Amino acid sequence: MKKHFFKILLISFSLVLTSLSSSFAEDPKRGGTLIAAVGNTPRHLNPAVQSGIVTGFPGAQLFATPIRYDNNWDPQPYLAESWEISDGGKTVKLNLVKDAVFHDGVPIKSSDVKFSLETIQKNHPFKTMFAPVISVETPDEHTAILKLSSPHPALMLAMSSQLMSIIPEHVYGDGQDPKKHPQNSVNVVGSGPFKLVEFKSGEHIILERFDDFFIDGRPYLDKMVLKIIKDPATRTIGLENGEIDFYAFENVATNIVRLKKNPNLNVTPKGYAAIGPIDWLAFNTKDGKTADVNVRRAIAYAIDRNFILKAIMLGVADEARTGIHPGSPYYEPNVETYDLNIDKANKILDDAGYAKGSDGMRFGLTVDFGWPGLKPNAEYTKAALKKIGIDVTVRPSADFPTWAKTVSNHNFDLTWDTVFNWGDPVIGVHRTYQSSNIKKGVIWSNTQQYSNPKVDAILEKAGVENDMGKRKALYSEFQKMIANDLPVYWTNTLPYHTIYSNKVGNPPMGIWATSSPMDMTYIKQ
Amino acid sequence: MTLLYSFIRRIFSMALVLLVVVILNFLMLHLAPGDIADTIAQTMGGADEQDMAQLRKEYGLDQPFFIQLFKYILRIAVLDFGHSHFYNLPVYDLIMERFPATLLLVFSAQILSLFVGISLGVFAAQNPNGLSSLFVNMFSLFGYAAPVFWTGLLLLIAFSLHIPIFPVSGMRDITIENGNFFTHFFDVLRHLFLPMITLASIFFAYYSRLCRASMLEVLGADYVRTAKAKGLPKREVLYKHALKNSLSPVITFAGLSFSAVVSGAILVETVYAWPGLGTLAFNSIISRDTPVLLGILIFSTLMVTVGNLLTDLVLRYIDPRIKI
Repeated sequence: MKKHFFKILLISFSLVLTSLSSSFAEDPKRGGTLIAAVGNTPRHLNPAVQSGIVTGFPGAQLFATPIRYDNNWDPQPYLAESWEISDGGKTVKLNLVKDAVFHDGVPIKSSDVKFSLETIQKNHPFKTMFAPVISVETPDEHTAILKLSSPHPALMLAMSSQLMSIIPEHVYGDGQDPKKHPQNSVNVVGSGPFKLVEFKSGEHIILERFDDFFIDGRPYLDKMVLKIIKDPATRTIGLENGEIDFYAFENVATNIVRLKKNPNLNVTPKGYAAIGPIDWLAFNTKDGKTADVNVRRAIAYAIDRNFILKAIMLGVADEARTGIHPGSPYYEPNVETYDLNIDKANKILDDAGYAKGSDGMRFGLTVDFGWPGLKPNAEYTKAALKKIGIDVTVRPSADFPTWAKTVSNHNFDLTWDTVFNWGDPVIGVHRTYQSSNIKKGVIWSNTQQYSNPKVDAILEKAGVENDMGKRKALYSEFQKMIANDLPVYWTNTLPYHTIYSNKVGNPPMGIWATSSPMDMTYIKQ
Repeated sequence: MTLLYSFIRRIFSMALVLLVVVILNFLMLHLAPGDIADTIAQTMGGADEQDMAQLRKEYGLDQPFFIQLFKYILRIAVLDFGHSHFYNLPVYDLIMERFPATLLLVFSAQILSLFVGISLGVFAAQNPNGLSSLFVNMFSLFGYAAPVFWTGLLLLIAFSLHIPIFPVSGMRDITIENGNFFTHFFDVLRHLFLPMITLASIFFAYYSRLCRASMLEVLGADYVRTAKAKGLPKREVLYKHALKNSLSPVITFAGLSFSAVVSGAILVETVYAWPGLGTLAFNSIISRDTPVLLGILIFSTLMVTVGNLLTDLVLRYIDPRIKI
């Protein structure tokens, strides 16, 4: 009896010790250098005047925003320790952290928030983010009150990630054009957890801990080195041999599949829901044969989403059925999905009067693609549409500006593209479907020339609806309408994955991935 | 006096070549569809119509072609290379930041390929129909036939992944903070090794085959037979008499191929993330960053013309009968 008792006691004690030691192993450790790879050189490091994920990664480390988001799309305090929304959503009061300072030691004040927002309004490409903000009041140094012309539910997301970086007025308010300010790339004075040590274009960006960061004890890392490595194969080898600890935004399916097998690496698709990238086939809805909705529907029935997901994306991407990313709280999956049906596609075209000629073909179309990763999709389109009598010519473009010129000037029938949601539909979704955004020469406007007054009205309404339930219902209706009209045929999410070595703890897996501060990331020692 | 005159004439012809390079490439860049405004819109995930019009106005892209070209030539004449439209940094600073890296890679690759190529050529010439010649042929043709991109990746997989002796990318280890000159020297050498081999491998075939053919011709000459008949050691006949006289075509070709080495460096720099002008040039083409690309072309042209001049000087040293 005694023997059994001591055995049980010993086992219990061991279990307690094991759980304690594992919980200690999970505790963040201060110190260490994270070596990350990035695929491109940013133009500069100031996200207040430059969008895009390339600037977003270093920019989110250098600059703080009023709010940050967790994995559940819930806003969390950051530079604003609290906030109040009143007056039906037309007044937003931000209460700033009291002891926050910029990297040069100057305190962060509400006047900097006002200055930053006004700079973003004038210079940032996403004009819809803060369009309804008419003024920012600063009754004291730690209070900023945003006054809006109408409710703007997108505002909270717009105040997070890289979208509302708080920049110092005492640096950028010197009269120089903030888009070309010399301190966008050198001697950057930020408000974030890391400060700039060195930015060598084409080579690396070196960041080190800002010791006076307003969150005590953070960031955990001593340094972050962002090595600029353009070639995907070189990056993959670097991850495999341990030279690189971390890489975000990996989207090459073969690399993802290969790296998943490596026991020293973790590969996760988590963290990109707000970035919201979707691959799609866009139609010219005004000119040529694709102006006919019957042609668009027939094409959709002939293109097999499952083939793209399995054979091209190798199972690493998710299905996308509408223009809103599946990770968004506004996603509506119950829409017409146009599951593969060649017979139906042929019947639609026959009934629409597009008879087959003696060669079995009805008419010809061209297909373009925006970046090399979509070439397999374009080639698959040719093979798929041959089965319904459409002769497709794949039109490769020499580079992005060539393709952008073609598509933005509406000189296309079909084009494959990848477009981001950027968090709230107002920021990254409306631009594709609103008829007021048909702008010749501007890429990622409504290049499909799609126009439906009912869709315009619903988007207008959804853009100002503060009630989440009602807003979801409006966007649900919107997604059903565009799935019916089919200005675009959505196939899959772009399979962004984060790859990090086993020694990296707590990598950013919130909704904004590395376009969010990495103050909680650490090196396991 | 004659030498001085030749020198001055060479400088003038270099200036003329530079002017033609600038005009032709300015024209080609403007003929390509799309411009810097499209690229900036891409990096930003979209842009407003007014933003793009404003960008085009800021960079003078709304002006007629000949006015843009004229203004650019006037600036170059006073050594003002302008600002990068993409990075908004002085072009001169961007180039100077990367020029030493490309220079190091290109010159070390060229010297290595010459050394290895000549050695292989001499080795093959001693037994032209034997196995050694066949081996040299196969080895050097492999480097010539294989795409440089592929060779680079193979070397990375072999020597950075499976046998991890060399680093994957970059020119130096940024984490080395406190090191003396030799620490940094060997660090750069370690990073340089694979890119240098990759770039040099393209030219092993050229130099080895050229040297072999030239050596065979010289080894059949009367003065070499005389040297052998006099009982001179084989080594002395081979290196002091035959090789010295067979180097002219090899050195000439080295000068002519310098531009090809610079072009090859673009791909090698991309594979190894070597922070040189090659990747900057590639990005400038894609982003339509005209000032940067033209600046790089001017520097490359200068490198090639100076390289040719050095080649001629070396030839004159080897054979004083040659005039430059």
